[in-house]
Amino acid sequence: MIAAMASRGSSVLSFARQQPLGAISLLLILIMFFAGVFAERVAPYHPEVIDFTSILQGPSSAHWAGTDAFGRDILTRIIYGARTALLISLVSSLLGCTLGAILGASSAYFGGRIDYAIQRVVDILLSFPLIVLALVVVAIMGRTLVFGIDIGLIAAITIPIIPQVARVIRSSALSIRRMSYVEAARVAGYSNTRVIFRHMAPNLVAPYLVLLSVYMSQAILLEASLSFLGLGVSEPTPAWGLMLAGSATEFFAQAPWMVIFPGLAISLAVFAFNLLGDSLRDWLDPRFRT
Amino acid sequence: MLNYIAYRLLLTIPTLLGAAVITFFLLRVIPGDVVAVKLTGDGAIVSQAVIDAERARLGLDKALIYQFSDWMLGLLQFDMGRSMWTGRPVIVEISQRFWTTFQVALMSTAIGVLIAVPLGTLSALKRGGAIDYATRIFTMAGLSVPGFWVGMLILIWLLQTYGWQPPITTIPFISDPAGNLSQLIWPALAVGYRFSAVLARIIRSTVLEVLGEDYIRTARAKGLVPRIIIGRHALRNALLPAITVIGLEFAFLFGGLVVTEQVFNLNGLGKLFVQAVANRDFIMIQGMVMLFAVIYIFANLVVDLLYAVFDPRIRYGTAEA
Repeated sequence: MIAAMASRGSSVLSFARQQPLGAISLLLILIMFFAGVFAERVAPYHPEVIDFTSILQGPSSAHWAGTDAFGRDILTRIIYGARTALLISLVSSLLGCTLGAILGASSAYFGGRIDYAIQRVVDILLSFPLIVLALVVVAIMGRTLVFGIDIGLIAAITIPIIPQVARVIRSSALSIRRMSYVEAARVAGYSNTRVIFRHMAPNLVAPYLVLLSVYMSQAILLEASLSFLGLGVSEPTPAWGLMLAGSATEFFAQAPWMVIFPGLAISLAVFAFNLLGDSLRDWLDPRFRT
Repeated sequence: MLNYIAYRLLLTIPTLLGAAVITFFLLRVIPGDVVAVKLTGDGAIVSQAVIDAERARLGLDKALIYQFSDWMLGLLQFDMGRSMWTGRPVIVEISQRFWTTFQVALMSTAIGVLIAVPLGTLSALKRGGAIDYATRIFTMAGLSVPGFWVGMLILIWLLQTYGWQPPITTIPFISDPAGNLSQLIWPALAVGYRFSAVLARIIRSTVLEVLGEDYIRTARAKGLVPRIIIGRHALRNALLPAITVIGLEFAFLFGGLVVTEQVFNLNGLGKLFVQAVANRDFIMIQGMVMLFAVIYIFANLVVDLLYAVFDPRIRYGTAEA
């Protein structure tokens, strides 16, 4: 554990050397992350203040990505939108992957009837596309605000991720479960929780990180889709999917920049996390190297 | 073979029942009341008596288990109940929109396959080359761009170059095939791009795997021309995993076209589903979820049967029967 921590600095370097595309995607993610966190300093305008003197202006030196139907600067709203997208996606993919991993690992560890029951429910959930499950959760929970955060939306993105992760982690955990050191830990009389979290979990970190990156991208896509449908983030909060809805669909003939730039932001974010996931997989597991 | 199909159909019963139980009870966990939403949605003040009467009319005052068994008995007779919002039978609402979604799903699949098969194969054959690299970027981009955004870009392009706007209603294929195709090809392209990206990646990796097999080396050693090695030996075997992906992705499109239909203003299943979710029309939602489950299970069965067609080693029914 200590050795792993000490080598963390050099492992980032070795990742960058072996996976140049992965390093680029990591850089992109960091830029988006810092832009989102320091949006107040980075963004040139206020994201929500309406300015009727500059409605539907094309890209210019004053507004690099143009303005929307309310005269708001689109680049500013994209930068603030990064905060919304990354915050919601990070919380829901962390929750979804962690719950999925615990479910998958327990399913493999206990085996027998418990495994069978969990896997049948997972089977059923896996027969729907992510967006359908997300919409069903939206229908169940609606908009449930807790401290200004829509936990209905978080749940709608988290819950569809759980069965997907559970299935993948289960298959990794099954092979670990059969290893003699896990058997030894069980024979030594350690509790189930301890064996799962202390002995099996460290070997599941690699697939977990890959899944986290992949489902981060799916979460961004889901949030954008739900917001676009009017069932996610609501105005005036800046969110990429929301920027493509409403007035963007009315005015896209005159003001195509209203559609082009927010969509580019979504694509770039999803692209970066997909690429990072791919590179992490290649780097962490040499068997997958192509 | 027939035995096998019957056996598989029997196996779907617990899955469908499980899906029904999960959807039905989850939708009723939180007491968000569709009647209250419907009657007081515009800020109207409605007396409790009116709400109770409406609840009784919709059968919501009965115990959950009775509501569930009513729904199950109805499903057996292809009666999915009536929409809580429009009052029309769910089966009618679905069947009016099914074919639009079916057609877009079918066209997207065709486009996806047409792009992915040559692209995936080429990129595996020229592994590490320029084509392979370009394919990796093309497919990674396809997985990353939201389909609905591609759709909007297509609409902008069509509008600015041809002044073409999507018609408000869907043109039926039977009365005007050309008009119908020229309307639906655009959403199919927007969705087909993503489809091709998913599929091309699978094909690339399976072709790579197959090319490493002994029988390919044997075929090369006995001097077969590359066209036959690739066409007859490699592609045929690489086809099987591709069929799974094609079948399941196709099934997923029925529920997955939700956002694209919104962009192109298509009155399909996706739009119906979003409306049902926005109105918390539980009867409509549970009916549609069951439909999506049935489509998925059916696609799965067809995929398994196709396996036997393409791979003579697989024979169903003989071992079990």
